[in-house]
Amino acid sequence: MADQKTNKEQRYDRQLRLWGDHGQEALENAHTCLLNATATGTEILKNLILPGIGAFTIVDGHRVTGEDVGNKVLWVFMVLYRPNRAQAATEFLQELNSDVSGNFVEESPDKLLDNDPEFFHRFSLVIGVQLPESTCLRLGSVLWSAGVPFLVCRTYGLVGYMRLVVKEHTVVESHPDNALEDLRLDQPFTELKNHISTYDLDSMEKKDHSHTPWIVVVAKYLENWCNEHDLQVPKNYKEKEAFRQLIREGIRKNESGAPEEEENFDEAIKNVNTALNPTKISSAVDDIFNSEQCENITSQTAAFWLMARGVRDFVQNEGNGSLPVRGTIPDMIADSDKFISLQNVYREKALQDAAVVAKHIQSHLQAVGKPPESISEQDVKLFCKNAAFLRVVRCRSLAEEYSVDSFHKDTITSCMDSPDSEMVLYLMLRAVDRFYQQHSRYPGVYNYQVEEDISTLKLCVNSLLQEYSLNVNVKDDYVHEFCRYGAAEPHTVASFLGGAAAQEAIKLITHQFVPFNNTFIYNAMAQTSTTFQL
Amino acid sequence: MAEREEPEKKRSRIEALTENMLVDGGTTSDWQGRWDHVKKFLERAGPFTHPDFEPNTESLQFLLDTCKILVVGAGGLGCELLKDLALSGFRHIHVVDMDTIDVSNLNRQFLFRPQDVGRPKAEVAADFINRRVPGCRVIPHFKKIQDLDEMFYRQFHIIVCGLDSVIARRWINGMLLSLLVYEDGVLNTSSIIPLIDGGTEGFKGNARVILPGMTACIDCTLELYPPQINFPMCTIASMPRLPEHCIEYVRILQWPKDKPFGDGVGLDGDDPKHIQWVFQRSLERAAQFNITGVTYRLTQGVVKRIIPAVASTNAVIAAACGTEVFKIASSAYGTLNNYLVFNDVDGLYTYTFEAEKKENCSACSQVPQDMHFSPSATLQEVLNYLTDSTSLQMKSPDITTTLDGRNKTLYLQTIASIEERTRPNLGRTLKELGLVDGQELAVADVTTPQTVLFKLSFTS
Repeated sequence: MADQKTNKEQRYDRQLRLWGDHGQEALENAHTCLLNATATGTEILKNLILPGIGAFTIVDGHRVTGEDVGNKVLWVFMVLYRPNRAQAATEFLQELNSDVSGNFVEESPDKLLDNDPEFFHRFSLVIGVQLPESTCLRLGSVLWSAGVPFLVCRTYGLVGYMRLVVKEHTVVESHPDNALEDLRLDQPFTELKNHISTYDLDSMEKKDHSHTPWIVVVAKYLENWCNEHDLQVPKNYKEKEAFRQLIREGIRKNESGAPEEEENFDEAIKNVNTALNPTKISSAVDDIFNSEQCENITSQTAAFWLMARGVRDFVQNEGNGSLPVRGTIPDMIADSDKFISLQNVYREKALQDAAVVAKHIQSHLQAVGKPPESISEQDVKLFCKNAAFLRVVRCRSLAEEYSVDSFHKDTITSCMDSPDSEMVLYLMLRAVDRFYQQHSRYPGVYNYQVEEDISTLKLCVNSLLQEYSLNVNVKDDYVHEFCRYGAAEPHTVASFLGGAAAQEAIKLITHQFVPFNNTFIYNAMAQTSTTFQL
Repeated sequence: MAEREEPEKKRSRIEALTENMLVDGGTTSDWQGRWDHVKKFLERAGPFTHPDFEPNTESLQFLLDTCKILVVGAGGLGCELLKDLALSGFRHIHVVDMDTIDVSNLNRQFLFRPQDVGRPKAEVAADFINRRVPGCRVIPHFKKIQDLDEMFYRQFHIIVCGLDSVIARRWINGMLLSLLVYEDGVLNTSSIIPLIDGGTEGFKGNARVILPGMTACIDCTLELYPPQINFPMCTIASMPRLPEHCIEYVRILQWPKDKPFGDGVGLDGDDPKHIQWVFQRSLERAAQFNITGVTYRLTQGVVKRIIPAVASTNAVIAAACGTEVFKIASSAYGTLNNYLVFNDVDGLYTYTFEAEKKENCSACSQVPQDMHFSPSATLQEVLNYLTDSTSLQMKSPDITTTLDGRNKTLYLQTIASIEERTRPNLGRTLKELGLVDGQELAVADVTTPQTVLFKLSFTS
């Protein structure tokens, strides 16, 4: 309905400006599963429901307790007539957005894994909250084989923890904060060279001279410089300074010999460094081109890799070692005509390059027997525009992280050189999991347990370090602190994690922006955080 | 499968159930286990607690019964803050917000429902929390922060802000500074009301803890809020290059000329008919210059200066602020010292640092600000300095001084008749105006509730 559509556009306006209509569509087609509707779990879902995720399913076998209701968002009323957590949470969350469909399964994750592991195959993403280690590892293994992304989250006292488990996640639109421009001034393509040659700075009228785009100004002076310097662009600070001075001298002077106000020349001088950035392919993109998926194209190859191969073919042939031209230029002082015509030179080259890339892609599609419509022109254009920013995230499995043979000993040991680094919090979480395994409860839940549990937990820490031959020092203070926590889930820490996790989930679903890889620890005491690759 | 019930019926059933839950209908609306997760931090000793912390059972009562918190703003951050505080044990909360609810708020301001559009944010937010969190009492104020006075702000133990304007932040900052009591030049620390300030923009955010008079205040770090860059007029008027330039042309130049909706009718960014008009005219302008890219969404974004926003960033920053409020109220841990930056565009990035108190801060340093001008400089130059300097960034300063023992208004913009009368002073030199070396100027501005004193030093 037209009304509903405009209402959605209005409702989601502020976020559409971040991930666009296509991102929103991906979100609305997603179905996520949440295991355990604790405070953290309900906060994560809330932050997915508000932006309009398609559907969610809560899996939770718990009954509601008084403590649950204390820190969970506003479903106090549910206690009296919906004693199971899954249903209670679903009903409350459903209220937040009528476009979203909510389901619940009143079952423990372990039971589900026993009886129907394929249950999890239908989801775009599974989020596991406050899971005991054994359940987590079991689930991790099922989801890894099924290729379903898994996000593990937990709030433990004043510590937040997230672990992303996804074999391979590709990102075309990473939206980098500080992207370098793609101006090609160090190796101008023919059409750009031709365009620049239509300018004769010395003979221009003053008005035109001061409204010539700085890109043209720099290109002109660069031509002169290269002719005098063996076709080499300015390389070091001294040469760049000399180059700036050359441009400065190009500023028109008035009758008394004082330089006129020419903002475009000021811009040119200011942008010399940017202009002289060598056109080259980043190592991240190089890695993508050298990946096995890019090399071996089959009928199973995903669109991302097919397009990457198309770009790689371009780079190795028509591109002469460079990516397809991006096609955008920054705004700069210039009159409309000069700016637009310059912009069009870049735009048209970008379109041309994208068409060549498309041809390469088509030949691969044909070779593996897939129809040409499999990859649209629009997708190719978007891919080419973002070619310099492509990212692939590959996380290690939980099995690899936990195995004595493949765990990241060096990472852990070097981080622990600073004994207060967030790594100690990771080790403590592993230790309390060990405690749970042995005693079927977490340390210090009741006041009377705290004192005694400190020494028991310490034994768990030591056995953990021993098992992994980790020669690191875990301060007693942290053992004490983790007993003090008593596995509490304070609302503000749960809420912090709820926001952080939801956004990672949105990144995974929309394939925009870049997810973390692969362990995130939040320390609410110091308000610090770190990401480790484990 | 979850059942679907009509919203109204559900609401009244919820209220009835909540009523039944209250044990004696009064202050003890607590059930077994409700505050367990909070008590662990108040009743247990620990190695990282604040040096002043003593485990005790009274802290919880203080939180529940006595501690008074003010939440400034009931928008993206405000809604999250109210929830965070209510579920952390705070029960005496006030919330101030001058806005009403818009459809575009609903993607993150979760205390509001579609049927609340048009109603005051503060009132709907307070209502929601009061009805759903037994024992919690949120009192709303549908007002501008400037409409409330010293007496009002003085009553709070902690103030936490979720504002979307630097001017408003500076005003609250100034208000709390004005409440400080100095005895013989020494700050009486019991007059300090801690200020926790949060801000978000897209996927970026920050949270900071300010102890007015002791740590860096908002104005100490004004360079962290660079002034908004507007496009140069010559670009807008005669050489547009971007679709944004075309839109600004229509907004700034064409609208006042064409008066499309009548004389004196200003452009209302919230009126779709107005935006549609601007959109069409912008397309025409763009076509003249072969500029592509003007869309309705872009038009609205430029006219309303829209900042993109999502639920997740607001949740993160509000939670960080909420944690700090809890730490201060309970002394359970040392607070954030004192500025946290967050960005989750690429992975998750946080950076924590200690912003430094500026020795000569115009807001909190207690010393008159130095100003250096030649006696032949005009008052206009002084005015420009007040508005353009990155450390002052005033909006429309009123300048007064004392001459021949009497109060004299040099220039006042905020009252039209006085503006007209004092306008000629702008062209006069400081010498002509009778000002001398060492002259004290008092400047009032919307960015601060107190006047700022400047000392004029003449350069040769």
